[in-house]
Amino acid sequence: MTGNTRQRVPSVEGFFTIGDEPHLIGGRLADSGGYCFPLHLGGSDPRNPAGEVEEVALSRTGLIWSFTNSTYPPPPPFIITEPYVPVVVAAVELELEKMVVLGQVAPGWTVDDLEVGMEVELVTGVLHEDEECEYLTWQWQPIGDRPVSGGGDSDG
Amino acid sequence: MDELAILGVGMHPWGKWGRNFTEYGVHAARLALADAAVDWRDVGFVSGAITVRCGYPGYVSGSTFARALGFTGAQVASSYAACASGVTALSVARGQILSGACDVALVVGADTTPRGFLAPAEGDRPDDTDWLRFHMVGATNPVYFALHARRRMALYGATPEDFAMVKVKNSRHGVHNPNARYPKEYGLEDVANSPMVSDPLRLLEICATSDGGAALVVSSMDYARSLGVRDPVRVTGISTVTPTYPDTVIDLPYLATDSAAGTEAPDLGFKESIVARAYEEAGMGPADMDVAEVYDLSSALELDWYEHLGLCEVGEAESLLRSGATSIGGRIPVNPSGGLGAFGEAVPAQAIAQVCELTWQLRDQAGGRQVEGARVGVTANQGLFGHGSSVLVRR
Repeated sequence: MTGNTRQRVPSVEGFFTIGDEPHLIGGRLADSGGYCFPLHLGGSDPRNPAGEVEEVALSRTGLIWSFTNSTYPPPPPFIITEPYVPVVVAAVELELEKMVVLGQVAPGWTVDDLEVGMEVELVTGVLHEDEECEYLTWQWQPIGDRPVSGGGDSDG
Repeated sequence: MDELAILGVGMHPWGKWGRNFTEYGVHAARLALADAAVDWRDVGFVSGAITVRCGYPGYVSGSTFARALGFTGAQVASSYAACASGVTALSVARGQILSGACDVALVVGADTTPRGFLAPAEGDRPDDTDWLRFHMVGATNPVYFALHARRRMALYGATPEDFAMVKVKNSRHGVHNPNARYPKEYGLEDVANSPMVSDPLRLLEICATSDGGAALVVSSMDYARSLGVRDPVRVTGISTVTPTYPDTVIDLPYLATDSAAGTEAPDLGFKESIVARAYEEAGMGPADMDVAEVYDLSSALELDWYEHLGLCEVGEAESLLRSGATSIGGRIPVNPSGGLGAFGEAVPAQAIAQVCELTWQLRDQAGGRQVEGARVGVTANQGLFGHGSSVLVRR
């Protein structure tokens, strides 16, 4: 990737920030004090019928609630980069928000490296790319040493 | 709530036949009408469960089936509620019957499915959580199933062998079912040797997508009596509840759970609440059940249902399975039909098929998979976007 001047952009805008300490863009419900993610698709609180949601940065760290992978390539609109490396997915509990958020696990980590209860932080990683851009998604990355089997290109 | 009589049931065998879904639905409907000894022209209401994979005729499935059977001027409706569509169609029929709008109704669901993963509708739709979970995460349906399986392992010490045992049990039941797509007995080694799909779940533990059709003829109790039917199987509870905020368990197709930061989570989780409503309508509880048909979208999810149904305490499902209680011949057989493991899922037909199976069980017509002396049974089903269903039937 030396000399790579491609722009790094979220694959879909409005879900997370990019930069040194990326965070998910969530919502805080004005009336009840609950949270939601995504900001505009997450609310189902009947005490918040007006739908007033304040944009907030969700916690950058959490604990793995559960995890798995997909050994077969997911169908479109997932965009496969060949050769396909199994996507690893974690559901992560955020303590302050008292909610669980799904996300890919950063490259280089397999299900054998993960445990329920493990602490992870939010990073961004490449979902797919073309000649002009790297399209990013949010990913969960265990806090601590990279696994021996590692070798991904997450920028966390 | 007044009860409904189930006058007739019918199914088209599940498979990968690749024919028009209408054919399966009409086949099932004709069998159900014959089973009921009700003339099609006497049916006052047709309640179709929608398929979203077969074009416009699928969106108006009630009308599609009615036309194929011959338009008679019957009233019609079509319902979609993901995997719970079939029971939603049944609940609409119940409303028509109990309001007096009709005496007898036909409920039909059928599907023709593509191979492989169920994928979202095409197009670029970043405001659709079903699109986003595939695009941004790669979270297929088996990914969600596996998150729940892994959670059981972490919380209750479940093992991959426990999950495989569910598949083995259901395959032993399914060999006796002429409508099953996979009437084959599998062993633990077969499961262990099948490819990993979403760790810890293997291919044989994840429900396939199937073609199939199922139908019910239901009526008021008075109408049943007028036909001389004295002791029909009855629908005594139907639940199609939505979750109660905050739903704190991750489920299809969402990227996150609700938050319990501002509102305490309800006593019953969503899946418990689905079943609780059916129990409440029927005035019965888990101890009254003789047989259950539950949605084993994965082997491990069947274990979750034991607990949601109250068949055992939370964390005890593996013990219940290993005791043999949920096998035919046990205390509370689960999925005597063979379940989704033996069928694969024909989405709009599946929840109806669960009711067909319980009807045969309660009539003592289930052949080699008969649960002896079954008088009361319950179904449990889940769909995406906060859908789920449960039907309680009794003799």
